[in-house]
Amino acid sequence: MALYHFNTEGFDKAVSSGNLVMVDFWASWCGPCRMLGPTIEKLADQYEGKAIVGKVNTDEQPALAQRFGIMSIPTVIFFKDGREIDRKVGVMPAGAYTAVLDANL
Amino acid sequence: MSYDVIVIGGGPAGLSAAVQARVRGKSVLVVSSSPADNPLGRAPRVDNYLGLPGLTGAELLERFGAHADAAGVERMTGRALSAMPTDEGFFVAVGSQVVEGRALILACGAAHGTRYPGESEYLGRGVSYCATCDGMLYRGRDVVVAGFSAEAPEEANYLHELGCRVTYVSRRAPEGLSPEIPVVTASRLEIVGEGAVTALRADGKELPCACVFLLRPSVAPAELLPGLELEGGYIRVDRDMAAGIPGVFAAGDCTGLPLQVSKAVGEGLVAGQRAAEYVDRKAGGRG
Repeated sequence: MALYHFNTEGFDKAVSSGNLVMVDFWASWCGPCRMLGPTIEKLADQYEGKAIVGKVNTDEQPALAQRFGIMSIPTVIFFKDGREIDRKVGVMPAGAYTAVLDANL
Repeated sequence: MSYDVIVIGGGPAGLSAAVQARVRGKSVLVVSSSPADNPLGRAPRVDNYLGLPGLTGAELLERFGAHADAAGVERMTGRALSAMPTDEGFFVAVGSQVVEGRALILACGAAHGTRYPGESEYLGRGVSYCATCDGMLYRGRDVVVAGFSAEAPEEANYLHELGCRVTYVSRRAPEGLSPEIPVVTASRLEIVGEGAVTALRADGKELPCACVFLLRPSVAPAELLPGLELEGGYIRVDRDMAAGIPGVFAAGDCTGLPLQVSKAVGEGLVAGQRAAEYVDRKAGGRG
């Protein structure tokens, strides 16, 4: 499975690699987050080798959620060259995420 | 949990659609808020519903509910937060749960209330419609709950238990709210901030907070399912009650005037039948 489940160490490693990274901030009690889950998994497989796709459980990793000022979940943040390049708040269709990924491959 | 048809809204339109879909042999789930939030329940007398004059709105709802139960319609109490099309049909997020359906009928009524100043601007940046989704992100911080639904006090209690510092704002004194939560009665609300929310102004009084939870009985259709065609705030449908997105139908007050029970029941029938046909077509071929 191409999808990563990040803790702080794994997250920092992925982002500092400079690669294109897509991170889904979610939580198990958030219905819309769970609804988005399968889409994120499919994108992880689709973009394997081209982008790093992972999830951060905001309940298990509150420090990471706070670091990025997560105010609503789901929030998906994109990174490249170690910096945040885009973020999408709320449930979106797959096309909204592939548009950002494809533009930054 | 997977169904043929998911209906959002448990009023006359939703229940009529559900019964029709059951008559066509489909599995049906109706997702609805507490009956206390159904505006029809507050009507003291309905004299123009054919064959049943002089009943209260609550009595009519009881009859509709009994018919739906007898027809084998399954019910889920909760607020539908978001719907997402998939290859097979739709996911619908209801609180923490996710349900799956092949066709979707929107019968969510017209009682969403107008948006407050700052609401759209700060949605997702300190304005939330979902206490269960976002509460955890505000533990130890000031939040305001603007309660407009029967369940809102319970959700405010949940936030309080999580460790948020809650202030409850509503037009009237709420029922079921924990005595530890301060209440502010106000009707004019304004959300203010700088990049993110900093406060809620309630009748001019400034309540500093990191998040405003606007808890209405239902989420507006445009919020629930982006891509719906709207006209004057109502969902645009054709004569088949189709809402422009494949597999999505709408019925009742949410499609517009007149806001009447008879119209809702009639539109519900069409939506239920068309949704059932849609499910059959999808199952039969690459419909």
